Amino acid sequence: MTNGIRRALATSSSALLLASCGGAAATPAATPSGPSGSITVFAAASLTGAFTRIGSDFQRAHPTSSVHFSFAGSSTLVTQLQQGANADVFASADQPNMEKLVAGGLIHGAPAIFARNRLAIVVGAGNPKHIMGLASLSQPGLIVLLCAAVVPCGRYGNQALQQAGVTVKPASLEADVKSVVGKVALGEADAGLVYVTDVKAGGPKVQGVAIPEAQNVIAAYPVAPLKDSQNLALARAFIGYVMESGGGQATLRQFGFLGP
Amino acid sequence: MSWSRAADRQHSGSSGFLDHSPVRPPLGLALLAALGAAFFMLPLLGLLLRTPWGSAWQLLTARDTLTALRLSLFASLTATAIAIVLGVPLAWIFARTPFPGRGLVRALTILPMVLPPVVGGVALLLAFGREGVLGGWLQSWFGIRLPFTTAGAIMAETFVAMPFLVITVEAGLRQMDRRFEDAARTLGAGRWMVFWRVTLPLVRPALVAGGVLCWARALGEFGATITFAGNFPGTTQTMPLAVYLALETNPDGAVVLSLLLLAVSLGVLIGLRHRWLG
Repeated sequence: MTNGIRRALATSSSALLLASCGGAAATPAATPSGPSGSITVFAAASLTGAFTRIGSDFQRAHPTSSVHFSFAGSSTLVTQLQQGANADVFASADQPNMEKLVAGGLIHGAPAIFARNRLAIVVGAGNPKHIMGLASLSQPGLIVLLCAAVVPCGRYGNQALQQAGVTVKPASLEADVKSVVGKVALGEADAGLVYVTDVKAGGPKVQGVAIPEAQNVIAAYPVAPLKDSQNLALARAFIGYVMESGGGQATLRQFGFLGP
Repeated sequence: MSWSRAADRQHSGSSGFLDHSPVRPPLGLALLAALGAAFFMLPLLGLLLRTPWGSAWQLLTARDTLTALRLSLFASLTATAIAIVLGVPLAWIFARTPFPGRGLVRALTILPMVLPPVVGGVALLLAFGREGVLGGWLQSWFGIRLPFTTAGAIMAETFVAMPFLVITVEAGLRQMDRRFEDAARTLGAGRWMVFWRVTLPLVRPALVAGGVLCWARALGEFGATITFAGNFPGTTQTMPLAVYLALETNPDGAVVLSLLLLAVSLGVLIGLRHRWLG
């Protein structure tokens, strides 16, 4: 028994050793001038799809580098960074959360806006309740979900409803955008206020109803390197790639984001 | 089942044959045990140290907090009542009536104890939701809608908490001296009379313990509630949901609410100390 465990440990550690040797052996093949090493990117949950794609594209362009992601609600990430989490880049879904880190002296330089997002109404496929816009959401008997006011999408949603002069009686104030989309996809709710990108990511069971620009709210996404980054060169290179029109911007556009 | 053994010991006092003279533990064991104890105590200490005592009362009596507290008490007590009405008969069947597939049914009814509550919430949606197996029928025949209602929150809490009552009462039924029931029956009492007048009074300690445990679990329920019932102040936003949502914008409020829930849980443990801590 103990022998077996010891053997298993020995095998796995030699496998690790081999893996790291393999990595080192591959290094000389790449361009010597490009950034290398690894970085960790803390990014808002709504960026999950787009940033995962951008990350693998970036690694293909810079084979000696590796990019790791941690996706969560922007405010959760800010709390983690304030508590000393190690990261090199922070990409937020709103400016107030980025401002918190700037004010705390955790950001290197000034944040740059790399994308914008707007709200849409998410409804079931085929729009069974014939929802035409924000005004339709005040119909009695309709099950409408909003995000809780503490999450950016909740704040934006209230702002949009206010601009449209519509009063909605929501059935629930959900903790995040994904559960709004999920419950509409399951058919348990008739409509919800979410980001355009979440409707796109929601799959075939949901569709979006556009909100006219005059009523809509634009969410700006800022990105910045963190002051404690151990690899500022690679962090900067990654942010540069996100801003590049042929690189990150094209991918973001595919996922439904607007340009900066 | 260690709970039932503890229950037994409660009846007979401290039974002698298990008690040995105290032994000095090996140093390594003592160190690891201290580490284990610290692991549990430090988070509680953190909560106590970070509590804003000056504004605690004000935060606790804020309107939103009171709304969540009132809803939590109502929902958890109703859930416990439902759990007793449905759970005691279930426990009786499990303890007394062998039938084919009993093991499987029993396993399925206590599954929520180990199931991630969010999964339980999704399962409830798929069963009792508007598009669910039974929910669609409830909606079209009776106009009853469960998701996003207080009834839904109570259901979510019952789903997660009832197993605690069932296994505690079942253990009590298995441990009790059945000769009293036999005696009552030979004296002419009917089956219902025996259950009501003999069995229930005899398992009362297990019933109380199971009920309190079930209530505490219902009070702390989060995952199934937010998934199945959603989150709306006064309707479905119970204390744990309020804590979760307050954490990011009103951390002081979240700490005070957490402390309140902690105090309740501690009260339950102290109340049942003869069963677990004695």
